[in-house]
Amino acid sequence: MSSNLKWKALFISAVIVACFVGLVGMPDKPTSWAGIKSNFASNIKLGLDLQGGTHLILQVQVQEAVSQETDQMLDHLMTQLRDKNIKYEELRKLNDTQILAHNIAPEQAGAVSNLVKDLYPDWQIAPAPGEASGYLLTISPTRIASIQQQTMDQAEETIRRRIDALGLTEPLVAPYGRGDNEIIVELPGEGDPNRAKSVIQAGGQLELHLVLDTTAYNSEAAAMAAHGGVLPPNAQIVQGKSSASGTSQSAGESWYVIDRAPVVTGRDLRSATPIRSTKNIGFYDVDFTLSTEAGRRFGPFTEQNIGKQLGIVLEHKLETAPVINGRIEDTGVIEGRFGEQEANDLALVLKSGALPASIKYLEERTVGPSLGADSIRQGFRASIVSLIVVMVFMVFYYRLSGVNAVVALLLNLVILLAALAYFGAVLTLPGIAGVILTIGMGVDSNVLIFERIREELRAGKAPVSAVDLGFKRAFLTIIDTHVTTVVSALFLGLFGTGPVRGFAITLVIGLLANLFTSVYVSRVIFDWHLVKMPREAELSI
Amino acid sequence: MEFFKQVDLDWMGKAKYFVALSLTLLLLGMISLISKGGPYYGIDFKGGTMVNVRFAGPPPVDQLRSGLVREGLGQSVIQPISDISNPNSNEVLIGLEEKGQGAEALDAGKTAILNALHATLGSGEAGKQDFNAAGAQAIADALTRKDPLGLGTNAGDRYNQLARQLVIYRDRDRHGIVTNLNDLSAAGATPAVIAALRDSFYTGEFAIINVEIVGPKVGSELRRQAVLVTLYALGGMLVYIAFRFEWVYGAAAVLAVFHDVLITLGLFSIFHFEISLTVIAALLTLVGYSMNDTIVIFDRIRENLRLMRREPFPKIVNRSINQTLSRTILTSGLTFLTVMVLYLMGGQVLRAFSFALVVGIMVGTYSSFGIAAPLVVAWNHWRAPAATAVETGTAAGTKSRKG
Repeated sequence: MSSNLKWKALFISAVIVACFVGLVGMPDKPTSWAGIKSNFASNIKLGLDLQGGTHLILQVQVQEAVSQETDQMLDHLMTQLRDKNIKYEELRKLNDTQILAHNIAPEQAGAVSNLVKDLYPDWQIAPAPGEASGYLLTISPTRIASIQQQTMDQAEETIRRRIDALGLTEPLVAPYGRGDNEIIVELPGEGDPNRAKSVIQAGGQLELHLVLDTTAYNSEAAAMAAHGGVLPPNAQIVQGKSSASGTSQSAGESWYVIDRAPVVTGRDLRSATPIRSTKNIGFYDVDFTLSTEAGRRFGPFTEQNIGKQLGIVLEHKLETAPVINGRIEDTGVIEGRFGEQEANDLALVLKSGALPASIKYLEERTVGPSLGADSIRQGFRASIVSLIVVMVFMVFYYRLSGVNAVVALLLNLVILLAALAYFGAVLTLPGIAGVILTIGMGVDSNVLIFERIREELRAGKAPVSAVDLGFKRAFLTIIDTHVTTVVSALFLGLFGTGPVRGFAITLVIGLLANLFTSVYVSRVIFDWHLVKMPREAELSI
Repeated sequence: MEFFKQVDLDWMGKAKYFVALSLTLLLLGMISLISKGGPYYGIDFKGGTMVNVRFAGPPPVDQLRSGLVREGLGQSVIQPISDISNPNSNEVLIGLEEKGQGAEALDAGKTAILNALHATLGSGEAGKQDFNAAGAQAIADALTRKDPLGLGTNAGDRYNQLARQLVIYRDRDRHGIVTNLNDLSAAGATPAVIAALRDSFYTGEFAIINVEIVGPKVGSELRRQAVLVTLYALGGMLVYIAFRFEWVYGAAAVLAVFHDVLITLGLFSIFHFEISLTVIAALLTLVGYSMNDTIVIFDRIRENLRLMRREPFPKIVNRSINQTLSRTILTSGLTFLTVMVLYLMGGQVLRAFSFALVVGIMVGTYSSFGIAAPLVVAWNHWRAPAATAVETGTAAGTKSRKG
C-alpha cells in the first residue's frame, strides 16, 4: 500500500514537473523572473481577440475557372472542326459548363461525337433537346470538381505567398471550414486590413504584347473604326491606364490595338523589384527579370521588332508602351509613376503570380490592440477573483478536505494551461471564460465525492472505507456528467471558429484534466492522509 | 460545516407549481420574442457592420448621430457602452445593419462610418498622421527620418524599440488614446523625441478599437448552423443517456435542457441582449451544465431503485433529490458565483456570454428537479397507473448499473 502510494505520488510529481516545463521552462532555461514571464508569454499563444489583429474570410469564385475552361474548349473545338472540315451553323457557350453546337450536317454527326470522345474525355456530348441536328457538350462533374479543387489550392497558395511577403508575424492562410470555397486569413497584430486586402485582391496578371498601331484612340469605337470596323483575328483592343507614359496620348481615355497573343506572361517572371524611377523623380518603377527560357524567346522577338512599341498589360489594362530600342534578353521595367509602397506591392503581386479566379470578402474583423489588452486584464482579474472565492469557500466548508480540493483545483488549472502550451492551442477571450468555468465546474467533482464520503461517515463507516466508497460511488456520476459536457463542447468545436473553438478546446481540456485531478490526485492525497492519521481520529471533512 | 443535514422535502408533490412556473417563463419569453419580431441577433447572425470607437472624453453622441445622417447612415445605431468595472469607458458601438448591398464592397459601411467620424471630430492637421491610429512601424519610420536622438547610422533597432514601447504605453496604459503627445514622457520619450513626433503626428479625438463586418450570406448560414449544432448536441446527449439509463431518462433530460435553452432565449429577448456566436457557445455550455445536474439526480434515482424496492417511485425520486440537494446547491452556487464574477468583471465583450451562463445555471439547476424528474415520474405513472411500486421500480431500473 505504502509503496504503491509512493509510485502514485511520483507519477503526480512527474506530471507537475512536465506541466511547469511546458509552461515556463521552454524555450530557454529561465534564470530570472523576467525569463519565466517571457517563456510563459511565448508558450501560451493568444488569439486574435486578445492580441489584436485582423481576420478576413474570403470566397474564391471558382465558377470563373470552370467558365474559363469552357471558353478554352470552345476555342479548341472551333479549330478542330475547321481542321476536320466539319460544317456547323453556330458554336456557342450556353453557360459556364455547356457548349451548344447548332446544325451540324447529319452525315458528319458521327465524326463530331468521335472527335469529342477521343480528344476531350472530360466532355460529354448529347443531342440538344428540341433540335434535330444540334448537340450539347457538357463538362463532366468530376472535371468540374477537379478544376474547383485546383483553383482553391492555387488561390490559397498565391494568397499565402502574397501575405507572407508583407512580412507580418505568424500570419495564417488556410481553407475555411464551411466548404463553400472559403479561405481564412488571420493577421495577428495588424490593425489595418486595407493593405493586406489590396495585396490579396490584386489580380497580378502581367502580359507583354506587341502594339500593332502606334495611335492611341479616345474610345474603343474609334479604335475599331480606324481598322474598318473589323479587327484582324490576331488583334485585340485594350484600355490604357490614364497615366500611361511613353505614348503619344495625353489626357482622358486611351485605347490601343495590340497583338492578341502575349510574348511573355507573369508566369515567365523570375523576379520583380521596385526601383527608384530615373525618369519620374520621386516615383518608383518595377524592374523585372525573365526566366532563361522566356529570355530565349524574348531576345529574338525584340530584335525583330526594333522601333515598335511593346505594351505592358497589367490586369487587362495597358500600363505603359515603351518603344523597343534594341535587343532585350531578359529584363524590363514597368514605369507607372508608382509610390514606394505601391511599387513594392506590385512587385510582390507580380512575383506571386496571378490569382486563378477573383475573390469576394465575406467577413472582416479587426481587433485593436488596446481592446485586446483590456480583455486580458479583465479576464485575468475575473479568473483570480473567482478562484479566490471558490478556494475560500471550499476550505471553509470542507476544512482539511477543502484544502485537498483546492490543491486539485490549482493543479487542474496548471494542467489546463500546460496542455494549451503543449498542443499550441490558442487562448481566446471566451477561452479565458472557459478557464473560469472550469474553476466553477471543476470543484463539482470534489463536491460530489466529499458529499458522498460525508454520507458514508454518517452511516457509521470508518474513515478509510468511507473514503473508498465515496470515491467509488461518485465515480460513475462524474464520468456521466463529464461525457455529456464533452459531447456538447465537441459539437461546439466542430461548428465554431476562432474564439468559440478556443472556448470549446479549453473546456474539453479542463474537464479531462479535472478527471485526473479530482479523482486520482485527490484520492492519493486522501490515502496519504489516512495512512498518517491516527486510527481513531476523525476525518476533517 | 454543513448546510443541509437531513432534508425531507416533497419535490414531486410540488411538480404542478414547477410546471406552472416554467410555462409562465416560457410564455413571457414567447411574448417578448413575438412582440419584438424574433430574437435580437448580433451582426454575426444578421450581417452588417459594427465599429467600436473609444473617445478621449465623453462621446459626442448627438454630433456623431448628425454626422452619420449626413453620410447617409440615418439607419445606423449608436450604443454607448458602460461597464461596471469601467464606468467611464467613453466608448460607443456604431452598428449598421446589412442593407442587402450585393455589389458594394463589404467594407463600404465601415468606410462611411469612418468618414462620418472624421467629419464630425475633425481629421486633424493636414499632412500629419493620427498618433492614436498609427502602428509601431509608422512611428518608427517617422522617428528614423527625424532622428531626434542624433544616433545617425548607429540607430540600429533603437527607434523600432522606442516606437513599440510608445505603442504599448498607448494601448495598455492609456487604453488606446493619448490626448497629448507630452504624456509620452511617461513611456520614456525625451522632449526631443516628442518634438519629432509632433512634426509628424497629431492626437486624434478617438480610436477605433474593434471593427466587425459580416456579409449577409455568412449571417444566415451561421444562423442555420447554430441551430443545427445545438440540436446535434442535444441528440448526442439523448443517445448517451438512453444508453446509460433508459430512453425515458434521456428524453426527459433533453426536454428539460431544451426548456432551459428556450427560457434563456426568452430572457435574452426580455433584457434585450444580442445573440452572437459566443452566446451560442454559452448556450451549449448551459446545455452541458444542466445535463450534469440532471444526471447527478438520475444516477441517484437509479441507485435508490435497487435499495428501496418497496417504495413508490415518486418517493424514491424525492429521496434522490434530497440526498443530492447539498451537492446541487454547493456546485450550482459556486459555479453561479464564478459566472457572476465573469458577468461583473469580464468586460463588455463577454457581457452577453456571461449573462447566458448566469441565467442558464439558475434555470439549468431548477429544471433538473423541476422538469426532468417530474417528467420521469409522470411517464412512470402513465405507463403503469395501477401497478405496484415494485413493478414500476424494476421497470425503470431494468438497465441497472453496468461496471
